[in-house]
Amino acid sequence: MRRRKAYLLLLELVTALLFALYFSPFYILVVNAFKSRYEVLTDVLGLPDSWSQAMANLRAILANPNLRFGASAVSSVIITSCSLVVIALFSAMAAWVLVRTKNRVSTFVFMMYVAAMVIPFQVVMLPLVSWMRMIHQWTGIPMLRTYHGLIFAYLGFGSSLSIFLYHGFIKGIPKELEEAAIIDGCSRPQVFFRIILPILRPVTVTVLILNGIWIWNDFLLPLLMLGIGNEIQTIPLAIAGFIGSFVKQWELIMLALLLAIVPVVVLFLLAQKHIIRGMVEGSVKG
Amino acid sequence: MNRQSTEAKVVFWGFLSPTLFAFVMIIVIPFILGVYYSFTEWTGVAGASNAWVGLQNYAHLLREKRFFYSFAVTAAYSLVSMVVINLVAFVLALLVTQELKGRNIYRAGFFLPNVIGGLILGYIWQFVFNSALPKLGDLLSIGFLRKSMLADPRTAFFALVFVVSWQYAGYIMMIYVAALQNVPQELLEAAAIDGAGPWQRLRHITLPMIAPAFTVNSFLTLVNSFKQFDVNVSLTGGMPTTTFAGEPVFATELLAMNIYNTAFAMNDYARGQAKAVVFFVVLTVLSLLQVYFNKKREVEL
Repeated sequence: MRRRKAYLLLLELVTALLFALYFSPFYILVVNAFKSRYEVLTDVLGLPDSWSQAMANLRAILANPNLRFGASAVSSVIITSCSLVVIALFSAMAAWVLVRTKNRVSTFVFMMYVAAMVIPFQVVMLPLVSWMRMIHQWTGIPMLRTYHGLIFAYLGFGSSLSIFLYHGFIKGIPKELEEAAIIDGCSRPQVFFRIILPILRPVTVTVLILNGIWIWNDFLLPLLMLGIGNEIQTIPLAIAGFIGSFVKQWELIMLALLLAIVPVVVLFLLAQKHIIRGMVEGSVKG
Repeated sequence: MNRQSTEAKVVFWGFLSPTLFAFVMIIVIPFILGVYYSFTEWTGVAGASNAWVGLQNYAHLLREKRFFYSFAVTAAYSLVSMVVINLVAFVLALLVTQELKGRNIYRAGFFLPNVIGGLILGYIWQFVFNSALPKLGDLLSIGFLRKSMLADPRTAFFALVFVVSWQYAGYIMMIYVAALQNVPQELLEAAAIDGAGPWQRLRHITLPMIAPAFTVNSFLTLVNSFKQFDVNVSLTGGMPTTTFAGEPVFATELLAMNIYNTAFAMNDYARGQAKAVVFFVVLTVLSLLQVYFNKKREVEL
């Protein structure tokens, strides 16, 4: 018994040490975000001399015309939240009719969604951009450099996995529930919005988490659809543009990176159980 | 009866059309266009008619050393990452399933890098490799740390493997944790009573029981490493340069980045698209292999 205790204590120490090492890059990130440029060069490992430098850096970040951090954050929020709403709602609707309608068309459409999950983004990205330009030429609706274009693209890329997840869940909902409602005089859309949609909550949480983390962090699709230096920028785009174009002001870059990760980290700390389960489930199934 | 089935049809198409429309516009049409363009002299200009050139773009890929090198580096990178990530993840999973006091904190903490974007993590690590580690090397007189690992072609490759493993291991760890928790505790206890040591229990009970998780995780890490782009862009940007078969190439330029650069930096859309189709074929083969292995295992069970 004593030996077992000593063994566990040793394991605890090893794990804690590993854990500290694992987090060391975040230490470097935080301390250098609060230093002056001179201090970053002379003492990169130590704590900042005075934390008041943080405010100066923050003001510099928010006022930086090349970074436009505030505007980018707003755009990121708009793009992520609107995409999530359309993906979750339309995917749930599609999955429901695909499960409840048994014919060749519904089987074919569902198989197509499943097959499409194999298609890597790289094989569609180049023609996608010129196709979006063609649509603009033919219809007069601009798809590139706009909110609606990017959100529409996220609906296209995000719906396959979401429909797949909803599909699996809806299969387990007893049909009698819906039949009873129909007899009571509900129309089909009413059945979906009043009865099915509330039941879907657990899987909706998974869909929102998976898509939300992907869209918030995504770099390549916004890069192609919005471009660097565009009026509308997401946070990753703004940071890539800021780092790529000027003399590297690492103390400002570090603070920008820190500000970029704070929202996700806070969200993660608040809902880590849901997030871990959602991300693991989504990917193993998909 | 008839009216009801009309309503069913209207609802079916009404509910299906928003996602189906987006799916066709964003994936199906660009995919078909992309395969077609890879056989033409496509220049990326919207609506231009493009001359058919047959397999010319693909034939060129066979002669392009930069592509060949990128393909080889990506294959090596994917295989090395697969092994490293699974090894680290499995060890972490074993640690955090012991009766440790902080095990919930450890689990969440090791998982945390997965909710942060690869682009941002790559920039953080670029700073760590270029500024923090050389300083540490100076202070502790560790020779190999003094020079940035990102400056040398060979060490830059391992820096890339290292960062992605650091990011992804916590995720794979959670899949192993789930598998480890499904190993019946009675079985392990019975073996312990029969005199099996910890190592024997791991080797003869735990490992065979979680074999399915190994298959899932191997393919997951292989496919995701093969598609790597974000960390590649922000950590190394493909740098440094090196020579391959007498030609200058980018030492850490993985395939996804090579495709991007072919189209946008070298302005050669048709060839970039041909590379993308090759990329797609490789990933499809990997997916089919995965399905095959999963089926085979089901038969064995």
